[in-house]
Amino acid sequence: MSIFSPVGNWFKAPTGTERLWVGLALTWCLIMSVTMPYWHFKGKQNSTGESYKVEASAFLDRANQFIESNKVGEEKGVPIVEPSPGGDAYLVGEMWRWYPILKLKKGQTYRLHISSPDLQHGFSLLPMNMNFHILPGYDHVLTITPTSTGDFEIICNEFCGIGHHMMTGKIIVE
Amino acid sequence: MNATQAIAKFRTCKTTGLRVFRNAEFFTKVNAVLAVVFLLVGAIAAIGLALTRWTAVHLLGSVYYYRMLTLHGVNMLVFWIIFMEMGILYFACTTLLNSRLFSKMLGWISLALMGIGALMTNYIILAGQADVLLTSYVPLKAHPMFYLGIILFAVGALIVCFNFFATLYIAKRDETYEGSMPLVTFGAMAAAIIAVLALAHGAAALIPTFMWSMGWIGPVDPGLYRLLWWGLGHMSQQINVCAMVSVWYFMGTMTTGAKPLNETVCRGAFLLYILFINLASAHHLLVDPGVGPGWKIWNTSYAMYLAVLASMIHGYTVPASLEVAQRRKGFTKGIFGWFSKLPWKDPGFSAVMLSIIIFGFMGGITGVTLGTEQINIIAHNTLRIPGHFHATVVGGTSLAFMGLAYYLVPLIFQKEFYLKGLARIQPYVFGGGIVVMSLGMSFAGSYGVPRRHWDVDFSGSILSAGFDPIAHVMLGLVGIGGIIAFLGLLLFIGLTVATVFFGRSNEGRPMESWQDEHSTRMKDELIEKGYEEEGKDYEHIKTPGTLTVVIIFLLTFAVYYFANWKALADLWFVR
Repeated sequence: MSIFSPVGNWFKAPTGTERLWVGLALTWCLIMSVTMPYWHFKGKQNSTGESYKVEASAFLDRANQFIESNKVGEEKGVPIVEPSPGGDAYLVGEMWRWYPILKLKKGQTYRLHISSPDLQHGFSLLPMNMNFHILPGYDHVLTITPTSTGDFEIICNEFCGIGHHMMTGKIIVE
Repeated sequence: MNATQAIAKFRTCKTTGLRVFRNAEFFTKVNAVLAVVFLLVGAIAAIGLALTRWTAVHLLGSVYYYRMLTLHGVNMLVFWIIFMEMGILYFACTTLLNSRLFSKMLGWISLALMGIGALMTNYIILAGQADVLLTSYVPLKAHPMFYLGIILFAVGALIVCFNFFATLYIAKRDETYEGSMPLVTFGAMAAAIIAVLALAHGAAALIPTFMWSMGWIGPVDPGLYRLLWWGLGHMSQQINVCAMVSVWYFMGTMTTGAKPLNETVCRGAFLLYILFINLASAHHLLVDPGVGPGWKIWNTSYAMYLAVLASMIHGYTVPASLEVAQRRKGFTKGIFGWFSKLPWKDPGFSAVMLSIIIFGFMGGITGVTLGTEQINIIAHNTLRIPGHFHATVVGGTSLAFMGLAYYLVPLIFQKEFYLKGLARIQPYVFGGGIVVMSLGMSFAGSYGVPRRHWDVDFSGSILSAGFDPIAHVMLGLVGIGGIIAFLGLLLFIGLTVATVFFGRSNEGRPMESWQDEHSTRMKDELIEKGYEEEGKDYEHIKTPGTLTVVIIFLLTFAVYYFANWKALADLWFVR
């Protein structure tokens, strides 16, 4: 009777089926707890949160310098930039675009720096559905290795004002 | 206290024999009424959202979409649910402990603060000066009144919690009850403790943000804001869970005469909620910069999995107690004979049973999986997230509160429902709609469809983007499920409001049972027996039906969990 005070000494261990279930549930919780650190060492997809405090203007300077020195083309007025394999790449998320367009090589690893000079944004890579959070003032570094080729869309999935739905970008992998 | 004074301070409930204290009863009523008012506001916003996300309809313009999204989030997740929980706190610390309320004055002060706060925030959202969504992530800035309204509301809620704890104290001091407090009160106490912690985080996040919006201080760090805000945002969900589970136990007793199998286990599980949820804000930050993998993994598994264990325990103990109650009534045929004989036509029962099923199978499994550090990469800010929490907080908590209302209105407002036939189908309509909507969201989200997004065709963007046609079909399900749930919700609001204001009074007699004479008599007999038979015939009754269901649950959980790891493993490499 959950609405009345229990009678007598109610402090006792579970028995029978209830005890079995508590044991099973605890085992499952432990399995889940172990899986994350296991994947951290053995898995290929982790969010390490590597990041550095950065002033918006400093980040934009670095991004623009990166664009200037590595630009290989243009699409609809957006620069296409090819970073050197194993090197640094920059991506700016601002109201309301991701730029530049990045041209990467399959199987190569890049250090992708992403930041925002204005609001919080959500880096969402489609159609794979990989998502990372972007904060102003933080240089979020993703050490990323494309494993498939083609054109990939970037959208924003954190609300950033009225033009949020127009905020798109692109990654080309060859 | 002489007899006349006693009559003025409480009445004895003709249905349960419990004492209902007038002061607390008043505040329970007012909080419940306000809860339903804000539920209606949130519901009107909700239908606009569902019909906008349904891409074939795309009802609202972008400005109104985000405004309604802000309105919906704030009214549903804050005002409806917390007003309702305050009503439950007033009830659980007085009637169930046979005690008067500590302070009527504090009751009034908290009510005023909460009411004014809720009105301010609603006003400024509708005035178009706070299109920042519920989370109001800095540096997105709202009018100061937005933050101030929520802060006042939170302070009011904090005062209710204080009044609750003080009432527990005077009840113990005056020995108004013997031994330990009832389980429902214990669960409510767990909710109140978590509420204090949650509100402290809320203050730490919102007070500096309010000062910044006034221009008194410089910018607030967005990473720190997210950490603190989710200390409020996620812990609040644990208040909801505690309150919901308390309602499960309460309604289990009221509708079937069920008794907790083992008080130690049930209370221990509530204790786990209190101890292991304090850093649950972590799983909103799993793909954030600023916090490292050690921090993410530790806080996810440490804070989550013992709290998950608690939910898995309640998910067994509540149905198991129903099974035992049914078997004691003689429904012993096979493994599930007891299950088909449950009072499915009693909306108080069906709402709670659906709440347990939806919360466990949909909300729980998705929540734990999406909150896994690495799996969050394929879930963060997609529609999978609202797909999860509409199953927990709507299909779980709100539906349980609706079930409670089918008993609260006759017992506390002392009014009998009209159109009982409609009330009987209401939980199925609402629950069914939420299930369809939640599935639509989850599947659309697995294609990467973002949450909080006006146009997934990205019209006006320079570089085009878009989704698979199947994702659009899933968004259609969001719209259709949303319509069904909205109708179920209107039915609930219509029935309860009509009954509270114009219902037939049942003062001086027991409430009319939702169940037939035979089952009412059987459950009343079990309730009357109370704890008397402890250790006699009770402990020998097995629960094979519930065990079968929870084993199926565990297998479903494991399949979903590992399928997500498989999906993750197919992605680009990233660290």
